[in-house]
Amino acid sequence: MRGFAGIDIGSRSIELVLVDDAGQVQQRLQADTGFDPMAEAKRMLAQVEYQQIMATGYGRNLFEISFDATTVTEIKAHARGARACFPTAETVLDIGGQDSKAIALFATGKVKKFEMNDRCAAGTGKFLEIMAKALGFSLAEFSEQALAATSDINISSMCTVFAESEVTSLIGRGQDRQAIARGLHQSVVRRVKTMLNRVSTDGDIVFTGGVANNACMVQFLEEALQRQVLVPPQPQFIGAYGAALLAAGLD
Amino acid sequence: MSENYRQMWTELGLDLKAHDALLGVLSEAYQNIFMAQDNRPEAMSYFDFVMSEVHGLRIKELLDEKAAGRKIIGSYCVFVPEEIALAANATLIGLCTGADFATEEVEKYLPRNTCALIKSAFGFKLGRVCPYLETTDMVVGENTCDGKKKAYESFKDIINNLYVMDLPQVKSANGKALLKAEYVRFKEAAEQLTGVQVTAESLQAAIKLVNAKRAAMQRLYQLRAADPAPISGLDALLANQVFFYDNPERFTASVNKICDELEQRIKDNTGAFPAKMPRILVSGCPQAMPNWKLPAIIETSGAVIVGEESCVGERGVRNLVDESGTTVDEMLDAIVERYFKVDCAIFTPNCDRLQHIEQMAKAYNADGVIHYGLQFCTPYLMESMPVQKALEQKNIPCLRIETDYSMEDMGQLKTRVEAFIEQLK
Repeated sequence: MRGFAGIDIGSRSIELVLVDDAGQVQQRLQADTGFDPMAEAKRMLAQVEYQQIMATGYGRNLFEISFDATTVTEIKAHARGARACFPTAETVLDIGGQDSKAIALFATGKVKKFEMNDRCAAGTGKFLEIMAKALGFSLAEFSEQALAATSDINISSMCTVFAESEVTSLIGRGQDRQAIARGLHQSVVRRVKTMLNRVSTDGDIVFTGGVANNACMVQFLEEALQRQVLVPPQPQFIGAYGAALLAAGLD
Repeated sequence: MSENYRQMWTELGLDLKAHDALLGVLSEAYQNIFMAQDNRPEAMSYFDFVMSEVHGLRIKELLDEKAAGRKIIGSYCVFVPEEIALAANATLIGLCTGADFATEEVEKYLPRNTCALIKSAFGFKLGRVCPYLETTDMVVGENTCDGKKKAYESFKDIINNLYVMDLPQVKSANGKALLKAEYVRFKEAAEQLTGVQVTAESLQAAIKLVNAKRAAMQRLYQLRAADPAPISGLDALLANQVFFYDNPERFTASVNKICDELEQRIKDNTGAFPAKMPRILVSGCPQAMPNWKLPAIIETSGAVIVGEESCVGERGVRNLVDESGTTVDEMLDAIVERYFKVDCAIFTPNCDRLQHIEQMAKAYNADGVIHYGLQFCTPYLMESMPVQKALEQKNIPCLRIETDYSMEDMGQLKTRVEAFIEQLK
């Protein structure tokens, strides 16, 4: 039997999830968005068989036109995916490549309120990626090294461009790379904390999107918020998973 | 717009090349945003015509008025009383501030972190693309927000006919006395400009004329309470925008004609959109011509706008002037009473506005409120937080948007608006 697909066309990567009519995951695919997201999406679709597809992510409207699909916003898709993993969750945090969202849900799972970051990359995966590069770390090392740091450095710039030059000058002054990495994670946490507190002030938080793979972010968030942060397996697929569940009519 | 006006634009000192570019963008946007809508009321054809002649026929009319001895007064704010201008034999025109223009030139006068509306006022002047501004005999700047009042200090260097009106910031007896004093001073300035004394007769006629214009708009607002919505929010916003510069009698008749048609639509249970669509009240900063960005996003994302809590909307049009006064002074008092009720965010505190937002959401059966804030507009951005909090306490969902006139955040805005609409379903 052909399943139901959800595709999340993000700024950095595209995820495709296929579920059966009971919502069980059958297939997961991921690719870089690249410069021609529709061609990439087409290559991915050729690898799955589906009867319905729902698109989400910033490329959803383009996909809708090119592939005659239905669409849903990332907010609803992540909310749906997060609830499938943690059925009583009422707060969702999604940090993707280019934006971050804090979402509060009603007990029924319906979206109650959400906040998104402003137009720049502050507090997003892209920010962390650029900072890791500035410090000469891979993304995995960046998180590990930040956790291993023994001292604190306060990074005051939120703007990616300013933060990068702040980091460069800290390196120039011979500051410890681990401590800088720690400071950068803390700066994203501060930003995210404000956004989360605007939508909800208590209960567990489900953390989705690629940045949820960063163990340092998870730990610092728990410390800063004094709330439990739950990360589903393969959190980068939650948007596509939520869209697939919605395509299957599993609201 | 035809070649016929080129001579007129040249004589007004416009930069024809830049002006052609502006009109090109404007006409394309109008086609894509307005003409692409389905189920528009037939009577909107009047506004289509007005827009096709926006810098043509209407400017010619104003120049004809000038030739016949009238004066043209330009304004940037709903606190400038049209009644007084009309009674002194002047026509009041709301000047457009809804598009970025000549930004580099503007930033020689204003810091980059200035709201788009103020920058636009400078841009239209510095870019020499606004024929309305060039027809004015007097431009009234008003002390509303800090941005505007400091900007006028620089604006007087680039226009030669600026008149600054002071405004109160507190709704107290002193505040009202200040407004009265400023309206008396404005009356004298208008009289001096035109050489025509304001009389009880002329002021009463002006009050009636402007009341009729506002009453027609109020009638339009009330009809939007119906489901299905008989008119799109975009078309209603257009009427709100044209309110500021059209000939008042003709405008009133045209809006009433639309209302007649909408009443029939409501009887026939037809609308601009299907019934049961999510309904949104837009609240916050004015959306001056030709700023159609947010409503275009909302109404192509599966929702309909049923009201504008805005100066270009109900805040600017609410309340009529009491017509029972018999002397000029009594009538001026009645005018002050009416304008003093405008709940602009420059007032502190500004509790009336919150009540009006709640009332409007209820009256127009809105499912949610989108608070529209222009970046760097401190008064409205500050108010957006308590507004959101108060609405949420009444279980009215509220989305706060902060944006400007550029198109670079269209994708993010669309995601926010779509997610908000999903939330309302």
